Amino acid sequence: MSVQVQPHGGIGESYKRKEDARFVRGRGTYLDDVVLPGMLHMAILRSPHAHARIRSLDVSRAAASPGVVAVVTGELLAQHKLAWMPTLSGDTQAVLATDKVRFQGQEVAAVVAESRYLAEDALGAIEVDYEVLPAVTSPQQAMRPDAPLIRDDKEGQGDNHIYHWEAGSKEDTDAAFARAARVVRLTTHYPRSHPAPLETCGIVADVDPATGKATLYLTSQAPHAIRTVFALVAGLPEHQIRVIAPDIGGGFGNKVPVYPGYVVATAASLLLGRPVKWVEDRTENLISTGFARDFHMTGELALDEQGKMLGLRVHLDSDNGAFYADAQPSKFRAGLFHIVTGSYDIPAAHVSADGWYTNKAPGGVAYRCSFRVTEASYLIERLVTNAALELGLDPAELRLRNFIRPEQFPYRSATGWVYDSGNYPAALRLALEKLGYEELRREQAERRARGELMGIGLASFTEVVGAGHGADFDILGLRMFDSAELRVHPTGKAVLKLGVKTQGQGHETTFAQIVAEELGIPAADVEVQHGDTDHTPYGLGTYASRSTPVAGAATAVIARKLRDKARKLAAHLLEAAEDDLEWERGRFFVRGSPERAKTIQEIAFAAYTNLPEGMEAGLEGVTYYDPPNMTFPFGTYAVVVDVDKGTGQVRVRRVVAVDDCGVRINPMIVEGQIHGGLCEGFGIAFTEQITFDPEGNCIGSNFTDYLLPTAWETPRFECHATVTPSPHHPLGAKGVGESATVGSPAAYVNAVIDALWPHGITNLDMPVTSDKVWAALRAKGVTE
Amino acid sequence: MSEITVRVNGREHCQEVEPRVLLVDFIRTRLRLTGTHVGCDTSSCGACTVLLDGAPVKSCTLLAVQADGREITTVEGLARGSELHPVQVGFHEEHGLQCGFCTPGMMLVAAELLERNPDPTEEEIRWAISGNLCRCTGYVNIVKAVQHAARLRREAARPVATGGVG
Repeated sequence: MSVQVQPHGGIGESYKRKEDARFVRGRGTYLDDVVLPGMLHMAILRSPHAHARIRSLDVSRAAASPGVVAVVTGELLAQHKLAWMPTLSGDTQAVLATDKVRFQGQEVAAVVAESRYLAEDALGAIEVDYEVLPAVTSPQQAMRPDAPLIRDDKEGQGDNHIYHWEAGSKEDTDAAFARAARVVRLTTHYPRSHPAPLETCGIVADVDPATGKATLYLTSQAPHAIRTVFALVAGLPEHQIRVIAPDIGGGFGNKVPVYPGYVVATAASLLLGRPVKWVEDRTENLISTGFARDFHMTGELALDEQGKMLGLRVHLDSDNGAFYADAQPSKFRAGLFHIVTGSYDIPAAHVSADGWYTNKAPGGVAYRCSFRVTEASYLIERLVTNAALELGLDPAELRLRNFIRPEQFPYRSATGWVYDSGNYPAALRLALEKLGYEELRREQAERRARGELMGIGLASFTEVVGAGHGADFDILGLRMFDSAELRVHPTGKAVLKLGVKTQGQGHETTFAQIVAEELGIPAADVEVQHGDTDHTPYGLGTYASRSTPVAGAATAVIARKLRDKARKLAAHLLEAAEDDLEWERGRFFVRGSPERAKTIQEIAFAAYTNLPEGMEAGLEGVTYYDPPNMTFPFGTYAVVVDVDKGTGQVRVRRVVAVDDCGVRINPMIVEGQIHGGLCEGFGIAFTEQITFDPEGNCIGSNFTDYLLPTAWETPRFECHATVTPSPHHPLGAKGVGESATVGSPAAYVNAVIDALWPHGITNLDMPVTSDKVWAALRAKGVTE
Repeated sequence: MSEITVRVNGREHCQEVEPRVLLVDFIRTRLRLTGTHVGCDTSSCGACTVLLDGAPVKSCTLLAVQADGREITTVEGLARGSELHPVQVGFHEEHGLQCGFCTPGMMLVAAELLERNPDPTEEEIRWAISGNLCRCTGYVNIVKAVQHAARLRREAARPVATGGVG
């Protein structure tokens, strides 16, 4: 008879996910599944214009429509000082417009009714008289002296400029360029894209009229930080606010900010004394919440005769939309873009950035990225490939010549980062080997001779993730630490409570595995709880690949603290000296007598039943972890494409990914994260497009226009790993959720440019659609 | 108001509905079967997929009255009691889901595919699920999950202990 052994679920095991049990049965609880007694439904009237003055707003017919309980306007909110709210970047944003609308889709009024159908019906009865104003749809327009002033609500704001920000040394960089043999330049636009999680954003606000307690069910990646923001915005006492983030159907950064709909629904619940639900439809999601990127960038790379990089100079103009609402650490105006020197030992670098208001939706969220790292990685990796092709060098060879060498770590970059660890040549060489690079280059030469277009693209990215350190990284002053609380019950089963919140990353499994490794309790016996601010310790949330680097470290630290107490208990139980005890996963034993042992379960029982004199009862603890530095995951992605000359269609033949995210806690989950990012990167590179016409109408406002990749066109991914542990993380882990969205777009585009380079095509901005490729080929006379 | 009779997961429901009510809203709010999700408004994403008389349909694109007299299977109807359907086992075993939002629709499409094609190729699987969007997995492990389920179904002829989930 065979006995099935339950896996322990320690670090390094591809332990099957605990959360699957409810999801495969359709028993997850997402926001829209929350139904409360007496619940009302809200729908929002949005501006059809990108820029217009509101002459008048008449809601009387809507208020009298069947089933309507209330209509909320900006004027009503203004009476409660809620018509405007602060953004995560210290700007202000209209909750419901009172003076002007500043982007298409902006919130103008809200109807609260007995059902969503009735609320939507009544929206059509609201009458708004708009005086349409000229729209500003790009930074280039915004910076013109005669550009319409978007933020006339802000005192002292005479133009559309938001910020100027610099990093690195201009002087050193100018000197490097002065002695360069070659300067390679690239101007490119990283287009506006949208995280577009399959579940849109929403809230069920339930303010209890008897107690004043506000329970907010919210699609939030950062429930604790959001609670604090609500306390600041709405003036509600923070202990009277409970944020519950239920199961979240994908976030990718979209679910970090506070959106106007949340504030309106909460205000409506407060005023009406009944729960109010608001869930975005897909168009609302795409046109009004949490866009990403939209950086117009020019990079220049100075090189010597041998192709050694001497200096990097970057200027960028950021299109921030109508309100500066980037979700990012407060000290950094353009996020962490100054990681732009990437994987290369570049002695001098200078970055300057200007942010601009436009008549487009606000956002600037870190879409599966650590605060603008994606834009930086894209620019340097495109620039390095172009430099190689211009110099007639192999793009792999130019990278190898300029990588930060393994012995240079910890490495201080020209813009001030201290990279923790890395082995860039190893990752690149593994990618080339798995790809069969030399053979592919031979094939490419043959195909070129036959007039065919084939390209090989590389990107050797380096990320900076896992914010803080708290002294350098904060959001609205809140230091970016994170927390873990671990309670071991008398029977040896445990509950782990986190300040971070999964959106599909598998926290309920990965974090249980950390406890399983560090405290020896099987992962099956560890329940992970998160998302409810009344029942979890304070934390800054899950985004910017910070859960494993920060909350994962907190979990390891608290588990080790409990293990220290367990040692004392074991010494008591075994009547041995603490120093004579050895730990092996799950038990302490007396050195030299392995049969004299106590399991962690026996020790846990003793913590409540049989304590040494003077010891506090219990086996519980909480810790707040402030990381000493960021972590720097890296890797190389390699892509092979064939381009159809006649149609411009790009077929991605191979994608080889080598990721080094340090120690992998659950390799299955890690690889799943990489697959997802490679797919989203493919979408950004080839299919996903949000553009605006000259009037500021958003093109790309639903899934028939904003094309997410399906299983049919998404390439197959080949994943490989190197492991370079982080020296400062307790487990050596670095975080991986975003590597592939950060690194892969440049690899895809580099492959296309590699194919087209012989025909004089040196750049195509994303998304690289067939018509763009075809037009470029046609302009060069390659096709008819 | 119209009266409709639908059989959902083997149980008959007779209800009065407004003619304009979408099938997905009927399933979610009237029947309280919340495993069927809404991800878009344009029939693009497939999160709302159910089986109507055995064929996958996007329930955001049908009116509840159009389902009158017909048979519907939702994700809640996949398992038989505590015994999971092979696609549910496959999705768990192969890490075919992350956030879980697209999963019910994906599994229903896969279940129907395996009914008519017990041994599909990767191409056939990718084509079958191409009406359903997943934002998390990059589809790699969804394909593996369906292949896993196909294996389980083929092996089901001989009695084996089925693995539970979680």
